[in-house]
Amino acid sequence: MKEKIINLKKEFLKDLDGVNNLGELNEVRVKYLGKKGYIQELSSIMGSLSIEEKKEYGMFLNDFKNEVNELLEKKRQELEELELNKKLETEKIDITLPATDIPVGTFHPLTRVIEEIEELFVSMGYDVVEGPEIELDLYNFEKLNLPKGHPARDAQDSFYITEEVLLRTHTSPVQARIMEANKDKGPIRIICPGKVYRRDEDATHSHQFTQIEGLVIDEGISMAHLKGTLEIFAKKMFGEDRTIRFRPSFFPFTEPSIEADVSCFKCDGKGCPLCKYTGWIEILGAGMVHPNVLRMSGYDPEKYTGFAFGMGPERIAMLKYGINDIRHFYTNDMRFLKDFNRIEGSDE
Amino acid sequence: MRVSKSFLSDYIDINDIDFQEIADKMVFAGNEYESIEKISSATNLVVGYILDCQKHPESTKLSICKVDIGDGEHKQILCGAPNVRTGQKVIVAKVGATLPGGITIGKAKLAGLKSEGMICSLAELGIESKYLSEEDKNGIHVFPDDAPIGEDAIKYLRYDDEVIDFDLTANRGDLLSILGMAYEIGTLYNKKVKEPNVDVEEIDEDIHDTRRLKVLTDKCSIYLGKLVKNIVIKESPRFIQTRLMASGIRPINNVVDISNYVMLEFGQPLHFFDADKLVKNVYVRMAEENEKITTLDGIERTLSSNDIVIADDNGPVALAGVMGGLSTEVTEETKNIFIEAAIFHPYNIRHTSKRILRSESSMRYEKGIDSARTLLAIKRACYLLNKYASGEVVSGILTHDVTDKSDKKITITIDKINNVLGMQLDKDTIADVFDRLQFKYTIDKNTFTVLVPTRRLDVNIKEDLIEEVGRIVGYDNVKGILPITSIKRGSYLPKTEFIKNVRKRLTSLGLNEVITYSLISEQDSDKFIKETYEKVILNNPMSEDRKIMRNSLIPSLIEVYHYNSSRNIKDVNIFEIGSCYSKVNEDYVEEAKVSGLLYGNYFINDWQHNIIKVDFYVLKGIIENLLKYLGLANRYNFSNQDLIKDLHPGRSANIIVDNEIIGYLGQIHPNINKKEIYVFELSLDKLMNKRVRNIKFKEIPKYPSINKDVAFIVNKNISSIDIEKVIKKVSGRLLTEVNVFDVYEGENIGKDKKSIAYSLTFQDPNKTLTDEEVTVIFNKIIEEVKKQIGGEVRDK
Repeated sequence: MKEKIINLKKEFLKDLDGVNNLGELNEVRVKYLGKKGYIQELSSIMGSLSIEEKKEYGMFLNDFKNEVNELLEKKRQELEELELNKKLETEKIDITLPATDIPVGTFHPLTRVIEEIEELFVSMGYDVVEGPEIELDLYNFEKLNLPKGHPARDAQDSFYITEEVLLRTHTSPVQARIMEANKDKGPIRIICPGKVYRRDEDATHSHQFTQIEGLVIDEGISMAHLKGTLEIFAKKMFGEDRTIRFRPSFFPFTEPSIEADVSCFKCDGKGCPLCKYTGWIEILGAGMVHPNVLRMSGYDPEKYTGFAFGMGPERIAMLKYGINDIRHFYTNDMRFLKDFNRIEGSDE
Repeated sequence: MRVSKSFLSDYIDINDIDFQEIADKMVFAGNEYESIEKISSATNLVVGYILDCQKHPESTKLSICKVDIGDGEHKQILCGAPNVRTGQKVIVAKVGATLPGGITIGKAKLAGLKSEGMICSLAELGIESKYLSEEDKNGIHVFPDDAPIGEDAIKYLRYDDEVIDFDLTANRGDLLSILGMAYEIGTLYNKKVKEPNVDVEEIDEDIHDTRRLKVLTDKCSIYLGKLVKNIVIKESPRFIQTRLMASGIRPINNVVDISNYVMLEFGQPLHFFDADKLVKNVYVRMAEENEKITTLDGIERTLSSNDIVIADDNGPVALAGVMGGLSTEVTEETKNIFIEAAIFHPYNIRHTSKRILRSESSMRYEKGIDSARTLLAIKRACYLLNKYASGEVVSGILTHDVTDKSDKKITITIDKINNVLGMQLDKDTIADVFDRLQFKYTIDKNTFTVLVPTRRLDVNIKEDLIEEVGRIVGYDNVKGILPITSIKRGSYLPKTEFIKNVRKRLTSLGLNEVITYSLISEQDSDKFIKETYEKVILNNPMSEDRKIMRNSLIPSLIEVYHYNSSRNIKDVNIFEIGSCYSKVNEDYVEEAKVSGLLYGNYFINDWQHNIIKVDFYVLKGIIENLLKYLGLANRYNFSNQDLIKDLHPGRSANIIVDNEIIGYLGQIHPNINKKEIYVFELSLDKLMNKRVRNIKFKEIPKYPSINKDVAFIVNKNISSIDIEKVIKKVSGRLLTEVNVFDVYEGENIGKDKKSIAYSLTFQDPNKTLTDEEVTVIFNKIIEEVKKQIGGEVRDK
């Protein structure tokens, strides 16, 4: 009996070895473990044996049966893995074929620049405000210390709707509006982005463009505060190593007035075509709010001082991204827009 | 303002200072410049004498010249100028000379003959033709006989003078004079200014014997008149001609040139009348409405009551401060001249010059004139006319003067200066600035009392003085710090936040933001507007294309579409957020809108043939997505009633939120464009006014749901939403989702019919639904759809 089982085991191992797929494996299983299989056949013989023999061979047979089960299971797993691998092989694709074009849109570059500046100033406690684009001569000029007939009005050739109503030529009227609205409520810290219009157009001028106005009014505000603020702005927009330089200038609504230059971010101030070999790039105009402007809008210039600045997001964007013609912003070539479909890098 | 170094050197000692350095230093005093250059950059030119000039035998144009170029050197030079003659003294560019534009003169062969050099015109030296006389425009320049042969021609012409072209700010009218410039540069270099010589001997006649002056308007604060007799008109001395040219003014003759020269020196415009044509007395008055005058240029001008005129006993003879009259013009025959030096009100000059002519004179009047210089200027003119035009100066000056010439007194403390500048300047530093500016002052403890001279019309208040200190000390001394102020949260306007959200969602849905012009054409302004509105129209547009403030963004988006499609860009999907303008009653209204335009494919994978083309439903999906994002799920619907005329009537809809039309979407009407272009426009102001609740947690359903599918055959004109309404009404709260999964039209179901298949999801939040419960509802749905809409269930 024992002999038989040993021989049967040898035969089983041989059969198992010859199995190549799950079908053949099943045949082997039926041959040994089926209702009419060898193991069942041996079990039925067991009935005719003595109790001692039953005990001895029964255990032996049971071990054999367990071993067969185990080996069959092991083989099954091996075969399944093999077949899965075969299937995976057939499912292989060409990963170099083009991807599906998932629709994704872009922010206009001016929006990017404006939002970046807004976020910076909001983080310093400024409020972002707005004002009308169709503005009164009163706010656009007169309350900014530009009475009718003032020669400085020439620099801002305007589109008029009526004698007293025009398209604002700068975002500065918001200064007067905010001061008036805030009268007696003390300090002001605002920026105001928006569209402005001038009767002027060529490669460097567009009849419509954007500006961002900044205004801080408080007791004891000085030009040092203006410089400190613009230094933070310059570092955020053009890199940590940037510095700010003031040049005296003239705006009717600030006194003193300055133009601010940022040290050239391309050559680090050494001189290059971008900065016209000066090491500096003009970025905005600013100054201390003129006492007439404060007074006209209800602030006592003896108590309060303030600074104001005005910058052009177009210019900032042109510098930042190397855009060479202001008209790109308004023709909206899809190829141009899609260039801005990514996060900022860090060239420096 | 163009400033020549030699001109300036007459009044301030700057000979040993590099002119470029002065220009750069001026920038940091607030005076930018556009260029600095020599009048001519030509080199290696000499005065030559034409010993002999013969026509070239084989050329009609060329002459063969034998030229003495000094030191006994004789050269053969071929010259093509029509005015070249034997015995002339001319400009010779020697071999090796360079001329502007990078031209180098070499030995040449012209028409078979050698030529060693070139005889030059002034234009070849780089002089703009507007400065040239007719002779100089048409040929070579001929020197007077006393020009020394062999001398450096550029030096002789004084063309080696350097010129800075300043780009001045509007407040510095004082710098529109060489003297003003001298004071400014004197401040920077701590140098004193030498005033021009004005002393002249006068003849024994008094102007008051023959003329009277009457100023009949308060728009003229000073008027001075003086007579100079027996002048001899000729060419100005070379230095005057060159200095005028350097300053941007064309030399004419000694008399005209002197009036310009004095204006450049003092910044005080002068006007010369032919005294013999000026009938007796001189009046300064406002013009009468529609009064006529023929100006120097021969044009008859019609005046208004805001124009100031100078008149004689016969009528107007000059438009004050802007242009002289033809009847009293100084000509070659003029013998006696009446000189006017006056100050007119800037507002009136601006009013007149804007209409008639922006001149050197009107520009100075507009920016303001130093009242202390008027008298000096008229005397200076007499001095020069006497010296360079042999004029005899008649004594006495007709005078009207109501100006205050005393210095302006401004009191300021050192603290105030430092508090505004953010600097820590001491008393001596500040005093030094006022010394340099040549402002007189006294100091009492920490308070300066400064006397500002009349020439600085721009310095009137404390802040002006602070600026003077700042710019002269230099802003490099300001150390940047941040304001010490109470901490507060910075904020956006709710509208700005809302717009940022809309923008964020639309870009995430694949739309590209554009920014276009607010001004559009009349024609475009009638398109894509919902109702008639009052337009905002420019009074003074630049062009017909940009005339009206738009009320819809869509015409501009169509323009962007055209731009891109003509560049072969097939898929365009763009949006813009911007104001739309109208006039409501007397108010100007700026309503924020968002508009989009989609054309072509929305979603593409070509090689897998997996493409979603833009159609109504893609657009509707974008709009619904946006509305849901804005918290308006279940509050919107679409209607094809009352569509605007520019949309395809069958493929468009109004968008309604809470029973208010907030915008529209659909295909552009084929009348406007035959391509299948889809657009939408929503009022952000209206959307923003919808109140939206906060997000609130809802229990996730614990019990299983049951799905049922059903297809109804209905008449073609039935809208799906009508069937959905019945389904929802019948089912009540147990119905959690309705989805259309098939729409079919075709012969199988009959003409004018369509089948719409719905997948319905039922769920009870509190228990497991049984099939029986759902079947009851389901049968009721079938019954009601049949009853209310006539829909039959389509058998599978």
